Amino acid sequence: MFGLGILKGLGITLRHFVESYWEDLRGWGRRYFTPEGIARRRSRDTRGIFTIQYPEEKLPVPEAFRVIPFLVYADEADGTRKLRCTACGICARVCPPQCIWIVRASDSATGKPVAHPAEFAVDIDRCMNCGYCAEYCPFDAIRMDREYELASRNRSGHVYNLEKLLKPAAYHAAIHPAAFAREEAERAQRQARRTGDA
Amino acid sequence: MNLGERFPQGVVRDERPGYSGWIVDSSLLPNVAQTLRREEGFDYLSSVTGVDYLPEDLFETVYHVYRTGGGPGEIIKVRTPRGRPVLPSLTSIYPGAEFQEREIWDLFGIQFDGHPDLRRILLWEGFSGHPLRKDWREPMYEEETKPFGARWPEGRRNGPPDRAFTRPADALAPGGWEADDDRALYAALENEAGGRPEALQTEFLMVNLGPQHPSTHGVFRVAALLDGETVVNLKPVMGYLHRCHEKIGERNTFPGNIPFTDRLDYLTSLSNNFGYVLAVETLMGIRPPERAEYLRVILAELTRIVSHLWSIGFLLNDLGAFFTPALYAIEERELVVDIFEAVTGSRMMCNFFRFGGLARDIDAGTVEAIRALVEERLPGKVDQLDAYLTGNEIVQARCAGVGILPREKALAYSAAGPVLRASGVPYDVRKAEPYSVYDRFEWDVACRGGCDVYDRYLVRMDEIRQSIRIIRQALRALPAGPVQTGKPQFQPRVPPGEAYGRVEGPKGELGFYVVSTGRPNPWRYHVRAPSFINLTGMAEMCRGGKVADVVAVLGSIDIILGETDR
Repeated sequence: MFGLGILKGLGITLRHFVESYWEDLRGWGRRYFTPEGIARRRSRDTRGIFTIQYPEEKLPVPEAFRVIPFLVYADEADGTRKLRCTACGICARVCPPQCIWIVRASDSATGKPVAHPAEFAVDIDRCMNCGYCAEYCPFDAIRMDREYELASRNRSGHVYNLEKLLKPAAYHAAIHPAAFAREEAERAQRQARRTGDA
Repeated sequence: MNLGERFPQGVVRDERPGYSGWIVDSSLLPNVAQTLRREEGFDYLSSVTGVDYLPEDLFETVYHVYRTGGGPGEIIKVRTPRGRPVLPSLTSIYPGAEFQEREIWDLFGIQFDGHPDLRRILLWEGFSGHPLRKDWREPMYEEETKPFGARWPEGRRNGPPDRAFTRPADALAPGGWEADDDRALYAALENEAGGRPEALQTEFLMVNLGPQHPSTHGVFRVAALLDGETVVNLKPVMGYLHRCHEKIGERNTFPGNIPFTDRLDYLTSLSNNFGYVLAVETLMGIRPPERAEYLRVILAELTRIVSHLWSIGFLLNDLGAFFTPALYAIEERELVVDIFEAVTGSRMMCNFFRFGGLARDIDAGTVEAIRALVEERLPGKVDQLDAYLTGNEIVQARCAGVGILPREKALAYSAAGPVLRASGVPYDVRKAEPYSVYDRFEWDVACRGGCDVYDRYLVRMDEIRQSIRIIRQALRALPAGPVQTGKPQFQPRVPPGEAYGRVEGPKGELGFYVVSTGRPNPWRYHVRAPSFINLTGMAEMCRGGKVADVVAVLGSIDIILGETDR
């Protein structure tokens, strides 16, 4: 019948319309600005309004989420920072947009290169968030951060230097618990093998 | 078939290691193409592209042709000296070569004799030089190939004073060039239309739709010649988003290109990854483990669902149903994109496929989430979208019988994907030349014979259902095991040779032609972009229709400008 398709379509729109109010009433006070409300709206049986009201609300991000890289350091007993990075340059070479610059440190007496970066810079405006640097780092020294609100009025601040890139291993463990546990297990295994060989 | 026996003079087998196909003398090219198309049934010209072999001082133009019935294709190559590159055009035999030859002229400077409208297509008409020539350098040229030496171990951020920041004096404003206000474009439109309307003393009207217009899905322009409200002729104008993806690809290392393919059709990054890794895996002679193959199929099919949902939603946007249907479609897309985020770490720029496998395994919880989505949520929601739109009189009035692309024309114009299948050609790379593990699943090629906008919409609807079917089977058969062959390498060794990896992307046949010389960077990296080539038939679809239908036709082709312009 002519017009039936339109009526059917309007019916579906009306159902969505009513559902959005029904869901809001049902979840009164809990549906917005609460973690369970956000989880409910993005679950697979979401009905009604499913949008997240950024920036008041923020989607929780999964562990794999990647934005820009950071460098992992461990706090030593004497309070110094022990960088995992050895300035091997794999990240700088694998980086597709070539946004990583590394200055390898050299021994002040002999002039020979040492396994330590003197400078490390990442231009986050060029970074394409691909995660290759973290993926191919053989020393688990570079990992992907999850902070995504990086806009600023100052472009020169977007070249992160060593100081700005360094984050403690505890931070890495906090945002990537599963990956951290896996890396630690592998490290322990390698350690055990090495002592076993010796 | 043996072209060498058929044409004893002027056709020889390409016997360079790692290469295949035939090297055809340029004077014989039309004959060979005619034979392939008319007698041998190679009715589908998939890709035309150039390669600059600078050391040998020649350009090679490579044609990939296939039978829509399925099976392997033929590769023919034509050589021309770099000094005076002229080739006969194949537009009269394979009209689908039209835009691709224009692209080769634009980027390589190879002239095609007999081409009806040989103008630049991706770059602006005042551009100086042809950027895919190996001796062309961009204004911010740093080094021939990555990794750049300035990054490590000295980390020279500002560069030494001798760093080659050579910008040719006329790179951005060539001397002697004057803007012609698109006169060449308008003249071509009027020439093809063949004179002015006769019945009444009226003039044709030139209307530019876009480049800044919400219905063009990005920065895209349609120059239409109108007789009243009727479209007489039309030409898509593109390149506003051109970033010379292929030149970047040749500077990049092999793995470095994977995240760049994400940025082609940014709605379908996993499909794009798929095509490129297939090409490079062919060169390397490796195959991923079983689990990775199944996960690839699952992810690629989820990508297809996302892309088609988006496309259906936005087709309705173009028809004037502003954002209500689009938002219903996006709601489902959001759930899939959440899965992509959990699996790959990014919602759109997934960068997840690697040569010989995947970046990492996916956990049981995510597999369960995908299963629940395709078993419980998506089928019902697709049915709802179907109930909402398919029977709607306005959708039917605006779509049925609009933008007709007859079967023969669709084939001739090398249309791909839903555009081709809505014209009654059941051609799907997943069936025609199965890659990965697609031959293990039971599913049907969505195909309809209406040749119009409505059937393109319906084919997409059918394909969503077929994709759900494939994912269900793949999830049931998903084996355990590793997801990567060998150790992940940041600088894999790719033996010299050529490879053409093609997949059935959501928009159509997505091909990657990669030439390796054994170095860490591809010598040539070409993308056969379905969004780009599908536009070749757009004028045919719109001619004789009303100007308002141009928007519906464009929505039904479903272009993504990131891929069209590359």
